[in-house]
Parts: sequence; C-alpha cells; structure tokens
Amino acid sequence: MKDLKSQASRNTTPGKGGLTPEIQSRIGHQLRAMYDDVVRQGVPERFAELIKKLDTPGGTPQVDNDGGSNDNNGRN
Amino acid sequence: MPLTDSLRDDILAAVPSLRAFAISLSGNADRADDLVQETLLRALANIDSFQPGSNLPAWLFTILRNLFRSDYRKRRREVEDAEGNYAKTLKTQPSQNAHLEFEEFRTALDKLPQDQREALILVGASGFSYEDAASICGCAVGTIKSRVNRARSKLAALLYVDGAEDFGPDETVRAVIGGSGG
Repeated sequence: MKDLKSQASRNTTPGKGGLTPEIQSRIGHQLRAMYDDVVRQGVPERFAELIKKLDTPGGTPQVDNDGGSNDNNGRN
Repeated sequence: MPLTDSLRDDILAAVPSLRAFAISLSGNADRADDLVQETLLRALANIDSFQPGSNLPAWLFTILRNLFRSDYRKRRREVEDAEGNYAKTLKTQPSQNAHLEFEEFRTALDKLPQDQREALILVGASGFSYEDAASICGCAVGTIKSRVNRARSKLAALLYVDGAEDFGPDETVRAVIGGSGG
C-alpha cells in the first residue's frame, strides 16, 4: 500500500478538490471491482425460490419480522 | 400493477445488483442477503404501488436503502464482522496483494459517512444517474453531487495520501510528518 500512496502522490498534480484524474479513476475502478464481483455471482437459489413461490396459490412466503434469517418455514 | 411474469423476471434480474448494493452498504454478506430478502418481500407485497414503465431498479433500490437506514438506526454497524465475512463471498480468491488492496479499500469505504457512501455507490458502482440517485435517497440532485465529491475526496485522502483529510501539506511537510511519526 506504501507503493500505492507514493505512486499516487508522485507525478500527479491535484486538481480541484485535490483529486487527480488518476486517483478518481483508481477509486472508480476499485469501487466497481468490489461491486461487480457480487453482481457476477448471479441470483442465489433462495431468492429465485422466493420469487417463484409467488407463482403458486397459497405459496405466499412468511415474513419473519423478528429479524431472523430462517427462510425455510414455507418449504415442503 | 399486478405481478406479471415479465415483472417477476425483471425483479429477478435486479437481484444481483441489489445484493451488490446491500453488501457495499452493510459490509456484511449475511446481513446483506437478509436485506435483499426483506426488500423482495416488501416489493412483492406493494407491487400495486409500482408505476408501470417507471424505473424498477430505482424503485427496488429505494426500498432496500430505506430498510437499511431504518435497520441502521436500530443497531450499529457490525464493523468487526465486515472484512472476514465479505471475503467469504468472493468466488475467486484474489491474490495476496489484490486482497490487501481490496481490504484497505473496503475499510476506507466503511469510514465514510453513510450519506456519502450510499451516494458514491449508487453513482459510481450501480451506474445510476445523479437524478435517479437523488430520487432513491430522497434529496436534491446537487446534494447527491456534493456527497459523491466529498466521498471521493475522503477516500483519496484515506487511501492515497498519508493521514491528511485535505490535501494541504506539500511534499516537504508530509515528509517531516512521516519522519517524526516513525
């Protein structure tokens, strides 16, 4: 990380707000890398099932208002 | 509008980015998936209030964002959980250096005020326009712009410039500070 810092503070002149285009693009790149990594995981089975359940009459999923993460109560 | 097959498909298609938004906001994969689940249940329960032809992702993001904020007021962020938990969600393990860099970025992102973090994610990662981000956050477009700018400046300060919040010290001063700090 030392490298990153010295690299970024060398050979760049801060523009308005102190942000060089290089730093801006570096931030944008890291932000998208973090985000897209999750996007690429697609739709987990639990959510596909949750939405599918609403197809079938009487298949309305139970809402657990206690904040618990158990979502198996509607499965047979 | 009623829940048609095509609307259901559109909701399903929005799930990956809803998860990415939730994880970026909360820093916690388990909690993020609970948020997404709650968002989907709310959306499906209130589908009648969705205006056909309007921006479905923005509508879903608004629900998730509001859920996150009301949840946040109840319990503080579980910061200690963030890094390890998030790393587990990665499909491919990044190389050691990339991983360190990633964790440093994640830690810096967590240090931003919530308003700034969500604005930066919506505009910089989700790809919403300033207008859509403003409507999701319930504030003016100018407010979103300034939050995004402040978020970028603060991240730059945290990641690429030693210590300083602004870019005041020149190289010499910075060297002196660095030297005395050990």
